[in-house]
Amino acid sequence: MSTHQHGSEVLHLEGIDVWFGERHILDSVSFAIQPGEFTGLIGANGAGKTTLFRVILGLQRPSAGTVHIEPDASGHRSVGYVPQKTHLARDIPLRARDLVALGIDGHRLGLPRRSSARTRAVDEMLDAVDARRFANARVGELSGGEQQRVLIAHALISRPRLLLLDEPLANLDLGSVEEMIRLIDRIVREQDVAVLLSAHEMNPLLPVMDRIAYIAGGRVASGTTEEVVRPSVLSGLYGHHVDVVRVHGRVLVVAGPGSHDEEHLASDAAHVFP
Amino acid sequence: MHWLFEPGFFSSGPVHVALVIGGVSGVVSALVGVFTVVRGQAFGGHALTDVSTAGGSGALLLGLTPLTGFVAGGLLGGAAMEALGTEHERGRDVATGIVLGAATGLAALFLYLDATSGATSGTAQQVLFGSIFVVQSSILPAVVVLAALTVALVAALYRPLVLSTVSPEIAAARGVRVRLIGVLYMAALAMSVGLSSLTIGTVLSTALLIGPPAAALQITRSMGRALLAAALIGVATTWLGVLLSYDSFDWGSSHEAMPVSFFVVALVFAAYLAAGVSRRRPARLRDAEVR
Repeated sequence: MSTHQHGSEVLHLEGIDVWFGERHILDSVSFAIQPGEFTGLIGANGAGKTTLFRVILGLQRPSAGTVHIEPDASGHRSVGYVPQKTHLARDIPLRARDLVALGIDGHRLGLPRRSSARTRAVDEMLDAVDARRFANARVGELSGGEQQRVLIAHALISRPRLLLLDEPLANLDLGSVEEMIRLIDRIVREQDVAVLLSAHEMNPLLPVMDRIAYIAGGRVASGTTEEVVRPSVLSGLYGHHVDVVRVHGRVLVVAGPGSHDEEHLASDAAHVFP
Repeated sequence: MHWLFEPGFFSSGPVHVALVIGGVSGVVSALVGVFTVVRGQAFGGHALTDVSTAGGSGALLLGLTPLTGFVAGGLLGGAAMEALGTEHERGRDVATGIVLGAATGLAALFLYLDATSGATSGTAQQVLFGSIFVVQSSILPAVVVLAALTVALVAALYRPLVLSTVSPEIAAARGVRVRLIGVLYMAALAMSVGLSSLTIGTVLSTALLIGPPAAALQITRSMGRALLAAALIGVATTWLGVLLSYDSFDWGSSHEAMPVSFFVVALVFAAYLAAGVSRRRPARLRDAEVR
């Protein structure tokens, strides 16, 4: 499934610890991402997914541990990022294509540049995320799914080797969720970029994930779904017994007897557990 | 055209000065104001005008030109708001309100002292409602330099400012120092408020900062066009305001010109309403047509 190029890793986390006061948010988190892989970071709300992203981006200094991001051919450690619940204000006078163009050099001082090469690059990127048809609409007037595509194009146009997507499936209707997953899967294959996507539900991602990084209680277990989504591994993360039930092609993680934590499990366990 | 341009309009020295200062501050306020509106900082912009009131009245007390006080007050007030404020929206709002309150208190004191010292008559009128027809032409170079500095600062900040307006998280992840960009933008805002205070006074400069950009943003889709449209509306309203004020001298039997500020603000309001009417149709429909 995964394409291991030269065996080099685009991201390597080693023993990451993050404390917010007395709260242990991340507990010696270690895992790696190979080039061109689709990794799902799966965990309940509050499990530490966004904090982990902030550590990778250098926005949160870990209390301990190292983050290694492999530089690209030109020596840049660029990581594309689409934050969760990015709310684009209605009155911002930016067309979809303007926002994508900001992905090239929006962090630099000065006025925007124009050239036919840039326009071509923006058009290509809009095509890659199926956003060409609303290229000239104001971003604030697009639907949530449409905005998500534009933000992905913005993040991809600088050609990072790693793309972080924080809960891109939240707040989308069911049909749009499937469409978005297909799109992201295609991007991974076509754009030669590794994706780390966070979600609180693993089932929609099972067909496309190369690897899973399951996060619970600030601890992460990573590997293929077969390796990770097992009672022994997940029970270790949760600190009490959980069962993994496979039914109708879906995976359900359910709390074992005596646990009161079922609402924190990263699946729709509530439907199957009284 | 005699019905529009009263005799002497084009040969009057004070009118020339008024047209330059009005035009320059109209353009600068509009360019800076587009970002103020988009960043949701209208309250911060308004608070800066109150700080400018304290600065302007304090400057007169010290025998300085009001412009010096407007700008110095605005910069100090902006710095205070940034220092007190936090990243949280509500914290910023509170910091802005605290500074606004303190500055208004100072302004009350300074205006009282100005009035009782008797050295300068009509100070309150001049600071609060502008002094465009009595400004000395010697101040023009300072106005032009200040305007050029403000526009240059906004141009330098343009891309990271837009990016951090769209999403502070994305901007920070790309290495933009979001807080610093915000502070520098606040400085540009303070300088532009100083300019418009000179034109239509501190009380009304919010109108010139927010009105033309708000009108422009209703009828444009890209940043470049919004800036251009806002600048045009800013110039048109100030120039027309100067003209109408000049003409109003002959409207009644009393031969008293009505204030420029009133006309500018009325025209800005009219421009905003007109822009609203012209965008009645949903934007997506218009988009479909241009594609």
